[in-house]
Amino acid sequence: MERKADVVVIGAGPAGLAAGVAAADQGASVLILERDERAGGILRQCIHNGFGLHYFGEELTGPEYAARFIEQAEKRGAGMGRSSASFGAAGQSPATIEILSDTMALSLSPERIVTAVNGRDGEITVRAGAVVLAMGCRERTRGALGIAGTRPAGIYTAGAAQRLVNLEGYLPGRELVILGSGDIGLIMARRMTWEGASVKMVCELMPYSSGLNRNIVQCVRDYDIPLYFSTTVTRVHGRERVEGVTIADVDENRRPIPETERFVSCDTLLLSVGLLPENELTRGAGAEIDPVTGGAVVDERRQTSLPGVFACGNALQVHDLVDHVSREAETAGRYAAEFAASKTLLQSSRGADRLNMGKTRVIGSGGTRYVVPQIISESPSETVDLFFRVGEVFKPARLTVTSGGNIIASRRKRVMTPGEMENITIRTDQINGEINVHTQADAQ
Amino acid sequence: METRTGMEMKTEIKTSPDRKREFVCIVCPVGCSLIIDGEGESPRVSGNQCKRGEVYGKQEYLRPMRMVTSSVAVDGGAQPLCSVKTEREIDKAKIFEAIEAIRSMRVRAPVEIGQTIAQDIAGTGVRLIATTADAGRSHTA
Ligand SMILES: Cc1cc2nc3c(=O)[nH]c(=O)nc-3n(C[C@H](O)[C@H](O)[C@H](O)COP(=O)(O)OP(=O)(O)OC[C@H]3O[C@@H](n4cnc5c(N)ncnc54)[C@H](O)[C@@H]3O)c2cc1C
Ligand code: SF4
Repeated sequence: MERKADVVVIGAGPAGLAAGVAAADQGASVLILERDERAGGILRQCIHNGFGLHYFGEELTGPEYAARFIEQAEKRGAGMGRSSASFGAAGQSPATIEILSDTMALSLSPERIVTAVNGRDGEITVRAGAVVLAMGCRERTRGALGIAGTRPAGIYTAGAAQRLVNLEGYLPGRELVILGSGDIGLIMARRMTWEGASVKMVCELMPYSSGLNRNIVQCVRDYDIPLYFSTTVTRVHGRERVEGVTIADVDENRRPIPETERFVSCDTLLLSVGLLPENELTRGAGAEIDPVTGGAVVDERRQTSLPGVFACGNALQVHDLVDHVSREAETAGRYAAEFAASKTLLQSSRGADRLNMGKTRVIGSGGTRYVVPQIISESPSETVDLFFRVGEVFKPARLTVTSGGNIIASRRKRVMTPGEMENITIRTDQINGEINVHTQADAQ
Repeated sequence: METRTGMEMKTEIKTSPDRKREFVCIVCPVGCSLIIDGEGESPRVSGNQCKRGEVYGKQEYLRPMRMVTSSVAVDGGAQPLCSVKTEREIDKAKIFEAIEAIRSMRVRAPVEIGQTIAQDIAGTGVRLIATTADAGRSHTA
């Protein structure tokens, strides 16, 4: 089956939904491909509250936050099109959104041809005016960690466990050790405790948690669950089922100290050890990838190195606040629609130039691990927001942005931690060469 | 290294003595260590770097409140479970009672977001409401 759309969005999580809505509001016909049977992405299983404080000014649960965007999408068109046949002929109904659920995008070409597959239509080929990549991220697994020992049942990523408990009503274990103190691990410590399981401890490799203070207090301290820093799991025990783990303190190079090894009995190990942007399609299409973020290299429009291919949400960089995801996705969706409407122009004489012209690199130094966007094109807007993360805790921090060697912004922050994405706004008329976001410790 | 049960949690909070206690302020990422010197209804907060920390510290000392979120089983639903939340924060000491009550609840599809699942959860006077919609099984064929 062959189809066409001005903007094809891959993934119907908060990023894909917000991008789709923004693109439709620019007049584009939007087709969203979602491999799950429902829209909402990871938020469907994040039933705790704490979402939307920035975007909606109120605290929502994950499903409620997602529902607001699903509603926005439904207002603009076909709703959850379970069959692509329900879509009007191209051109008849512009500015509509159609979500094709149970549909997995398989590949993307640099010419923006997306192939996808579902049980109803078989293989679908979509010619897209522009593409927005919003595939989210996946969790690091034990394989990525290299923990020794047997391979028994009872080892889950925290997100997989969250799905089981919150969506399927299945308790994955009764005595748990959680490795990793990021927000997902902390939230699951509370959730499992509430469901009657015993969470023996949360171990964190680093000397600090990348989770929010609020989650450390309300998910772990509230229940007297020990949180051990600079501690890791070195071995898993058990034949059929996990019977326990060996934990050990680590030295400053994060290597386990053998003399500190001790056994902890448990029937389940939850891993909350990091998220990786999902970018097989992005790589397959040949877009440049930032080795630090694991996502595409983008400009301030969130356009990748492939003209007309945009990226946003956790597929671009791992976000801790979904509010930022929504804003980033709106930017991507808006410019994707603009590209789709004007691509003939862009591909003509001026277009090819414009994409390579007036590009300014954005880099990080000192404590700054990465900056998104990595490139500023010839920007039409007066200001650009730079998003970045630091690699260690600074308390307090001094943040300096230079362009072509001149300081264009400087700020002192009481604290900066790797767990919180930071942002700073710069003025485009001050850009005068490579932009560098430098973080260092500030005097007390 | 034992994990406390709900019952132990409750007694701990009820008997929390009127004296110095320490909290981590959760209002912003700085995470100040607050020391609350308790004298009945007007505890003194120190260690905070700003006013918001004082407000939080007092509240946390006098009456810690928490949101409860969980899921209930749906009869005739397109999904097995429907997520729920307390409409506002409830007494921290009531959490396990609330969770216990939620565990035995069932709801019939269709369910809408914001729909009341229970009028008064665990005697707190707070409603339990649905946070996921479920149109029911027949609507997804
Ligand atoms: C456990 C957990 C707890 C969190 N807690 C909070 C919190 O308390 N507060 C907060 O603000 N934020 C929180 N976040 C962060 C926030 O939820 C995420 O940043 C946000 O959901 C990311 O949105 P997304 O659309 O980029 O990705 P996702 O929500 O992951 O959506 C991606 C979608 O793409 C689909 N997809 C992927 N590949 C394909 C393909 N090839 N074809 C078709 N479809 C595809 C997936 O099925 C999915 O639906 C949490 C995240 C997690 C994981
Ligand atoms: S007291 Fe103020 S500065 Fe300190 S953590 Fe609380 S809100 Fe932040």
